[in-house]
Amino acid sequence: MTRSDGSDRVDRVDAPVVLEHVTVKYGRHEALRDVSVEFPNGAIGLLGPNGAGKSTLIKTLLGLLPPANGRMRVLGCDVNESPLAVRARVGYVPESDAHIPGMTAVSFVAYCGELAGLPRANAMQRAHEVLFYVGLGEARYRNVETYSTGMKQRIKLAQALVHDPELLFLDEPTNGMDPKGRDEMLALVRDIATTKGITLILSSHLLPDVEFACDHVVVLHKGAVAAQGPIAALKRASGRVFELRVKGDEPRFAEAVRAEGLECHGEAGDVMRVYVPEDRSSQLLFQLAARHDVQVRHLRASVPSLEDVFARALGEEA
Amino acid sequence: MPIRDQGYQRYRGDRMQRGRAWWVIARTGIIERLHRRRFLALLLFAWSPFVVHAVQLYLGATIVRAAFLAATEDTFHTFLTQQRLFVFFITIYAGAGLIASDRQSNALQIYLSKPITRHDYIGGKMLTLAIFLVAVTWVPAMMLLLLQFLFSGSLEFFLSHPRLVPAITLASMLQVALAVMTMVALSSLSRSRRFAAMLYAGLVIFAAALERVLETATGSPAWILISPQNTLLLVTDAIFGEPPEKAALLALAVAALAGVLAACALVLERRVRAVDVVA
Repeated sequence: MTRSDGSDRVDRVDAPVVLEHVTVKYGRHEALRDVSVEFPNGAIGLLGPNGAGKSTLIKTLLGLLPPANGRMRVLGCDVNESPLAVRARVGYVPESDAHIPGMTAVSFVAYCGELAGLPRANAMQRAHEVLFYVGLGEARYRNVETYSTGMKQRIKLAQALVHDPELLFLDEPTNGMDPKGRDEMLALVRDIATTKGITLILSSHLLPDVEFACDHVVVLHKGAVAAQGPIAALKRASGRVFELRVKGDEPRFAEAVRAEGLECHGEAGDVMRVYVPEDRSSQLLFQLAARHDVQVRHLRASVPSLEDVFARALGEEA
Repeated sequence: MPIRDQGYQRYRGDRMQRGRAWWVIARTGIIERLHRRRFLALLLFAWSPFVVHAVQLYLGATIVRAAFLAATEDTFHTFLTQQRLFVFFITIYAGAGLIASDRQSNALQIYLSKPITRHDYIGGKMLTLAIFLVAVTWVPAMMLLLLQFLFSGSLEFFLSHPRLVPAITLASMLQVALAVMTMVALSSLSRSRRFAAMLYAGLVIFAAALERVLETATGSPAWILISPQNTLLLVTDAIFGEPPEKAALLALAVAALAGVLAACALVLERRVRAVDVVA
């Protein structure tokens, strides 16, 4: 695979990642259950609670875990048949702290570039460039083992970018970062997807991170796809959301709301979030309150958030 | 003067053919170890028997009264046997952390997320250690052979010992292969290079001691097979054409060494993975 000027880069396909009926098992446990989904170009959030199968999905797409069933195509390549061709064109930021021991940052990133197929001199040059890009330019001659958690997250991004991938997998890239570092990391992620033209899949359980950096989202729950689509469209599909606080028998009222076919999330004593479909009126909430002898103390139309999408997809109390 | 953009640039340079990652891994490992002064000192010290033997060959070839020092096949056999001590220390120093350190810092998922296979990774790690071991076994042995030619000024010694070069090569490679496979396999079992070093030292020393005890207690020479190092010694004796004390065990010894190497390969196959699956 010799590429002299990047001109023979494969044209961007509409869906760089396609999964068809993919099942992945750890022994008897099914980590992914018959997953069929297409990831479009751009920044795609992979959401789900812990154990939903996000990391498993990424590792399977990298060819590190063999699926029990199903087919996967990444950038037009079949992952089962040619995992090396896939890995040559993608970058991976692992969830856990990972580095190669005993190396300075620039040596580490250059080494990763060489492993990915760059000539030695080019890998070293790219390492310097990428380290400046991720904000580690001044610290590039320090041993990676002396880095803070935030710096380690950045260097994981640098090693994933050094060979200029067409697709980037980021597994919880803001783990352990302070708020400022987290904002900077998310800004980098957004920049990579929007101005550098690299498709990225951002796995996270932090909804604000995904909402900030991504346009599309795939929600995984218990190894299956619970929801997918553009974030804006998913929010619209939520109908109207009302924040509601009542005085009286809250649990009974919540039950009554649910009995009317409305979704109600929230714990007793807290603000409830009630999802009212487009064809229903908020007046219904007052009627229910009157019927069950509770006072409505607070009712406010709320902007649907990704959290609402997430909660509805998972069908759990949020 | 243009201001250099330090933002992210798309890469438009060449890319190498796949399949060279093992060499990248080996080269990096070798350079990293050569930067350690203590290791360099150990490597240099490992050449001290070579110096002694070189002087011996010089005296044997040039001074008539020292003809008893002249080279024989046994000179080279003895040299390789002496180098076992250095092979042991270099294996521990350069080999214990080969995979254990990577496991400790979760580097395996970095390596295996690149376009390289597990065999590239294992091959690169093995080559790192093998190069150093070859440098203290086969290389000095062949240099001694060369010195013998230079000091004697004739090919007579070569012509009268035609199997010496293959014997040195085979014995060295067996010694290196056993050390490399065992150490790398043990290194893959742990996340601590110290623990891997202790496992290797324990295997070599404990097995040899146990063999002595059992042989003394039972009088059976077959216990040699529980010590890979002594089994190797028996096979090396046979390679150099010396009648082994335990000739009847030779076939079993070869089978035992093959078994050890196969077990190491199996361990590596199971342990070197980007994802540890605990079913």
